[in-house]
Amino acid sequence: MEARDTIGAFGQRGPARPVPSLEAPSPRYGEKLIKLSLALCALLSVVTTTAIVISLLVPTIEFFGEVGITDFLFGTNWAPTFEPASFGVLPIVVGTFSTALWGMMFAIPIGLASAVWLSEYASPRQRKLIKPVLEVLAGIPTVAIGIFALIFLSPQIEKVFPFMVNVPPFSAGIAGLAIGLMIVPIIASISDDAMRAVPGGLREAAYGLGSTKMKVATRVVFPAAISGIVASLVLAGSRAVGETMIVLLVAGASPNLTLDPGSSVLTMTAFIGQTATGDISTGSITYDTIFAVGTLLFIITLILNMFAIRMVRKYREVYE
Amino acid sequence: MTLEVNGQMTEKERKENLTLPSEPSQEKGLSHQIAVKADGDESGVDVWAKDKVFEVKDVTVSYANKAAVKDVTMDIYKNEVTAMIGPSGCGKSTLLRCLNRMNDLVPSARVDGEIFYHGQDLYGPTVDPVQVRKMIGMVFQKPNPFPKSIYDNIAFGPRVLGMDNIDERVEKALKGAALWDEVKDRLKDNAYGMSGGQQQRLCIARTMAVEPEVILMDEPCSALDPISTGKIEDLMAELKEQFSIVIVTHNMQQAARVSDKTAFLIVELDATENNRWGQLVEYDETEKVFTNPADQRTEDYVTGKVG
Amino acid sequence: MASGTPGTERNRLATAGARAATVTSLERQPRGDIWMGNIFFAILLFALTIALVGLAAIILQAAINGAPAFGWNLITNGPSTLNPEEAGFRPAIIGTIYLILGVIVLVVPLGIGAAVYLEEYADGTRWWNRTVELNVQNLAGVPSIIYGILGLAFIVRGPLDLGFILVAGSLTLALLVLPTVILASREAIRAVPPSIREGSLALGATEWQTIRRQVLPASIPGIVTGVILAISRAIGETAPLLLVGAATFVTFNPTFTGDNGYSALPVLIFNYATRPQDEFRVLASAGVILMLIVLLLMNSFAVWLRNRYEQQW
Repeated sequence: MEARDTIGAFGQRGPARPVPSLEAPSPRYGEKLIKLSLALCALLSVVTTTAIVISLLVPTIEFFGEVGITDFLFGTNWAPTFEPASFGVLPIVVGTFSTALWGMMFAIPIGLASAVWLSEYASPRQRKLIKPVLEVLAGIPTVAIGIFALIFLSPQIEKVFPFMVNVPPFSAGIAGLAIGLMIVPIIASISDDAMRAVPGGLREAAYGLGSTKMKVATRVVFPAAISGIVASLVLAGSRAVGETMIVLLVAGASPNLTLDPGSSVLTMTAFIGQTATGDISTGSITYDTIFAVGTLLFIITLILNMFAIRMVRKYREVYE
Repeated sequence: MTLEVNGQMTEKERKENLTLPSEPSQEKGLSHQIAVKADGDESGVDVWAKDKVFEVKDVTVSYANKAAVKDVTMDIYKNEVTAMIGPSGCGKSTLLRCLNRMNDLVPSARVDGEIFYHGQDLYGPTVDPVQVRKMIGMVFQKPNPFPKSIYDNIAFGPRVLGMDNIDERVEKALKGAALWDEVKDRLKDNAYGMSGGQQQRLCIARTMAVEPEVILMDEPCSALDPISTGKIEDLMAELKEQFSIVIVTHNMQQAARVSDKTAFLIVELDATENNRWGQLVEYDETEKVFTNPADQRTEDYVTGKVG
Repeated sequence: MASGTPGTERNRLATAGARAATVTSLERQPRGDIWMGNIFFAILLFALTIALVGLAAIILQAAINGAPAFGWNLITNGPSTLNPEEAGFRPAIIGTIYLILGVIVLVVPLGIGAAVYLEEYADGTRWWNRTVELNVQNLAGVPSIIYGILGLAFIVRGPLDLGFILVAGSLTLALLVLPTVILASREAIRAVPPSIREGSLALGATEWQTIRRQVLPASIPGIVTGVILAISRAIGETAPLLLVGAATFVTFNPTFTGDNGYSALPVLIFNYATRPQDEFRVLASAGVILMLIVLLLMNSFAVWLRNRYEQQW
């Protein structure tokens, strides 16, 4: 081994030059510093999550010091600012699901049909035109969609179907319709990606066996892309549950425990958005109530998101 | 391990240096008769006594604890073209990528054994892979020019290494890669507009511009047409005056045409046939490997009976 | 292509589907099948039309409804409860511009930095890196109102205790769109083929030199697209600002740290829309149009940028 330490000298052929050291000429602290600061940027997301959890949990724990957890979760009367106050969260949970449900009922068929058309029927040129348009729809602020529903949809629908709007202009169903408009692009875009990720070979094999285009789309491509499609639906559901501005504008503010699309409802997000705007004092029961509802909303959307992320990973694993 | 750079070797070291090549012949599976040659060659030109660039000793490379190539021992010499041939999956590219520590980029990769570069342990604790790659350049299977102008492709290396006279270096490298006349009027054009063969020569020029000592080539012609391949093979013959070249190729004729020494690797299977890894079968002068191989498996491969 | 167990499962499903779809493959296509196919196609087109009509209706309705109020007043005048005809959005527009400037300053370095770390440095087999990754994906799906709560409890009050100032709003919006920027930037960085990195490293460039001079320049169009989409989302976000103190009737131009209130365009639009008088609704619609013009321009540019530079490899 000792001998090898010195045999690095160059021989007769080629330019005689010393063998440079293989060690770094400098410790390159700059590189390490950069890597560290980039890691800190990434860590900020964990800090954000931690901060969200702490800001939600601390007041929520205080809240449950005053209100029983079963009274909160299973109570059917929501009147936190009344005297005597009542903290049964079910009406606003049901209100949330009502608007989200009507939204999904509108958006699922429209979104999925658009996705099938985009991935299986559209020519590349049509795709290149339509997909960005749908993405523009995804970029419209929800406050604009809410105003559209409030000023236009609600009065127009009331004229034709009065049962849809019990307390003009507020209606869970119309809020749902507006939410549906908002989530159509999410469903269409992600499902389209999932269906296009299905290898062309599967389609060709099915065509080779003589299937019609419709059968290829519905019985080959659709089942093969199902996890991506489910992910898009769940993600859209999560967005529907978490939407604030549309429900604040059109759903009304009455905590009615009902799934009737014509009824005015209060949702979890609307309650937070409505109550937290006032300059309420820290530590009051109303302040804590906001956070308790926020925690519930956070948990629901977290479960939905985790599920969607898992489904997306599944289809990526398979085809990428 | 630290290196003392001595211009001259002592007599004792010289002797040890000469006898070192005999070690591999004692390894199992290796068959060249260097020891005999070193003593018995009447012409006095001893092909195994040249300066070594690499000494690969019992190297096993594994990905995620599965060996890709096992127990390779071979020496690679200065100012020569060394070819590695063998069927796909024999680990020749894997082995090549160990020589400039490109395998470091694969998190699950592990290198066991020792590789010495001019006597310095390439995987020593104080060795800096960046420094290693400055001296040991690499040309890849698929031409991979940067999405920049032809000029900037060449200038990138010298710039990041803090070299001066960039213009001169670019010209020299392009001339060295026999590309200058074709591109001198469009140095500012994007490299993606070049033909595949030109792109690969650009990548060679790019590597030459940082003045490495060794150029590793990983199947550099596999994506090219025969004419471009011919140009690159001609280039290699010139390049070995300045550089030591290690080339991996699946093309036996190419190895026979361009290389001075050839290593032949095969794929081994274990009894259950679940694990496969590469193994070095024979390493010798190219002429001998192709005309009079010592191992039956080599003969079968070079004569086209298998593979 | 598919490989491994989940793939075979998927293939089995698809093959079964193909087989089921072709039981009658040797016969001429029955008339019924052709009819079914046409009806199916019609349904798809109908659904797509509804989506597109919805989009058009939102824009048209706001344009028609807001037309009477559309004019320079919108930009030059402040809000007014007494004179809706004279009222405008000036302080709110300036507030939004300031908010977005703050968001850009925060989000561009932090988002790209995190994306570079996750794509280029992080060893994906380590649990902490996987945690960060999962965490970013989850944060992208957290409802915006929750970020409002975070802003209220952590930035306006609590640890940072900034009070209801514009910077607090900027910080909140920045945290809200940060995951979007990270995800889009990662996508863009991932699209740069590994061969470019290898080529650079093989020349003796360091990791950071490779990132700075090869990976980032090559992924800039994708990153810029992601940043623009994130910024346009921040412009339209209303809910979190309600919680972190964007007031509605601020009549003076805001400053970054002034504690006498700030406003933002979507918040004022929302406020006008909730007022019963028609004049205010007209104003709200005009505000929506103003906002949509800016957003559509930004989004179209982003989409154009992405299509222009897509797949140059």
